[in-house]
Amino acid sequence: MLGFTSKQLVGVGIFLFVIFIGVPLIINATGRWDFYFTLTSVALLAIASAGVWLTFYIGRINIGQGAFALIGAYVSAILVVKAGWSFWISLPVAGLFAAVVAILIGLPILRLRGVYFAMITLVLTQVVTLTALALPITNGAKGISNIPLPSGISLLGIPILPDFAGMENTKLAFYFTACIIMVLTYAALYRLVNSRLGHLCRSMQQNEELASSIGVNIAYIRIVIFAISSFFGGLGGAMFGSIAQSVYPSSFQVADSVNFMLNCFLGGLGYVFGPMLGTLVLYFGWDLLFEFGKYQMLIYSTILIIIIRFLPNGLLSIRFDKGGDK
Amino acid sequence: MSPLLQVKNVTKKYGGLTANNAISFDVAENEILSVIGPNGAGKSTLFKMIASFTPTTSGEVIYQGERISNLKPHIVARKGVVRTFQETTIFKSMTVRESVVVAQHLRAKASLAGYFWGSKTAKDDVTAFEKYADELLEFLGMSEISNEQASNLPQGSLRALGIAIGLATDPKVLLLDEPFAGMNHDETMNMVKLVRSVRDERGVTVMLVEHDMPAVMNISDRIVVLNFGEKIAEGTPSEIQSNEKVIEAYLGSVDDEIGM
Repeated sequence: MLGFTSKQLVGVGIFLFVIFIGVPLIINATGRWDFYFTLTSVALLAIASAGVWLTFYIGRINIGQGAFALIGAYVSAILVVKAGWSFWISLPVAGLFAAVVAILIGLPILRLRGVYFAMITLVLTQVVTLTALALPITNGAKGISNIPLPSGISLLGIPILPDFAGMENTKLAFYFTACIIMVLTYAALYRLVNSRLGHLCRSMQQNEELASSIGVNIAYIRIVIFAISSFFGGLGGAMFGSIAQSVYPSSFQVADSVNFMLNCFLGGLGYVFGPMLGTLVLYFGWDLLFEFGKYQMLIYSTILIIIIRFLPNGLLSIRFDKGGDK
Repeated sequence: MSPLLQVKNVTKKYGGLTANNAISFDVAENEILSVIGPNGAGKSTLFKMIASFTPTTSGEVIYQGERISNLKPHIVARKGVVRTFQETTIFKSMTVRESVVVAQHLRAKASLAGYFWGSKTAKDDVTAFEKYADELLEFLGMSEISNEQASNLPQGSLRALGIAIGLATDPKVLLLDEPFAGMNHDETMNMVKLVRSVRDERGVTVMLVEHDMPAVMNISDRIVVLNFGEKIAEGTPSEIQSNEKVIEAYLGSVDDEIGM
C-alpha cells in the first residue's frame, strides 16, 4: 500500500495507536492532565521542525523557522480576532501567507550557501519580532490576546469539526488536532522525500553544479522547498497561537529558531521522522533536567555535545543503517 | 550541412585578465573534437561558457541555430548540451544506479504533483528510468558496481559514472572535462573505447578537454589548440602534430630552448 513495506505499516500502525489511544489512556490512568499540553506543544514544534528538516534536505541550514511560526501565529490571530474568520480557515491561510513571505525573502537569500544562508536566517526571527512590535495591526508589545477558541464548522448542517468553546476538555481536543496535523505533515513529508522532487533535492544537497548540469532548475526547487518549509512553520505557529489564545512578539524568539534546527540535528538529518523524535527528546530532556536547578543548562548542553560527537547522524542512526529509512 | 554547434568570437575577461580571446570554431554533428592547450590556456573557461556555467564577455555560442550562451545551465542541458565534471563532482551518497536514475529526470512525463500522489504516469516514469539506467550501465560496463555508493568508487569508475550521469540526460552534445586525467595506459585505452562507443552507438557528439596527448591524437576527429586564451590552431590530429605554432606552444620557441 502506497509503497510501504509491511514492516513499515506495522510501525506506522503502532505509532498511530500510541498517540491516539495509548497516550490518552495513560494520562487518564495517571491523572497527569498537564501532559496533554506538553505533548501538544511537542506535536506543533515537530511540525515546524519538519519544515527546517526539509531545508536541510536541499543543503541549507535554516535557523529562521521562528520567524515563519510567528508570522503564521499573527496572521491567524488577526484573521480570527479582527476579521472574524473561522480558525480552521485561518490555519491554512496562515501557512500560505508564511509561504508567500518565504518566496519573497527566499528569492534573494537562497542564492547564498552554507554559513551565509544560516546567518541571514538567524536574523529573520528578530526582523519579524521587531516588525510585529512596530506595526499597528499586530498591536505592538501588547500583542493579540483573548483569541477565541476555534469554532465548529458544519457543511450542509452536518458538523465536520466541533466547536472547541463548547467542550469540557479542550486540552484533549487540541491534542488530537495537533496530532492529526502532525501526522498529515509527516505523511506529506515522507511522500515528498520519496518522490521525484525528493530525489532532485538530494541531488542538489550533494552537488548543486552537477544537478544543474543534468537539467535541474535549482533556483526554482530551492524556492519551492523553502516555501513548503515555511508553510509548515506558519501552520505550527498558528496552532500555537490558538492554544495559548494569545500572540506576542516574543512568542517565537531566536532561541526557538535554534531549537527547531537542533531538533533536526538530534533526530537525524537522514531520516524523515528524525525531527519528530528530536523534538520529543529535546523538549522532555530539558524538562526532566529541571531538578538540577542552576546546573540544568550545563548538563543539557553537555549531553547535546556528547550526542553530536558520538551520533553525528542523529538518534535514529542507532536503529537504522545509513540510508535505511528514508 | 550547417554545423551542430558554433563558437563565435567568444571572449571571456576576468577583470584585466583575458581568459579567452575571440575564439571561433565549428563542431560538426557526430564528431569527436578535442580542445587542448598548456595549463592556463583557457580550455576549462571555454567549456564553462559553452555549457552556460559562466556568461561570455562577448561573442556567442550557437547550437542548432539558437544562442545557448549566457543562459542558465539547466536550460542548456534541457536543449541537449550537457557537460560532465572531473571526478570529485558526483552525488557522493547515492549509489551508481540512483545517480543515473535521478539524472534522467528531464525525460519525466508526470508533473511533480503527479509524483507526490503517485500517479500512473509517475510510476511508469520510474519503471522506465530504472530500466534505462540498467541498460545504460550495462552499455558502459558498470553493471557490477551499480549498487555501490559513489563515494566508495575508485577514480576510473568515478569518471565512468560522470559520463553515465551525463548520458542519462540524453544529450546531443556531451562535454567531457579531462576524461583521461590520472589514468594509466590500460584505463585510458578503455576510456577511449568507451567515448568512441558513446559517439558511434548513441550518436552523441563529443567535445573534450584533455592533457593526455597520445589519447587525444588517438580519439579525436579534429583538435582545437588554445594558448594564452587564443586559438592557435585547428585541424586533424596529423595536421596538429606537424603544426609549428603548436610545437612552439608546447615545447617553447627554439630561441627559448637554447637561451638565445
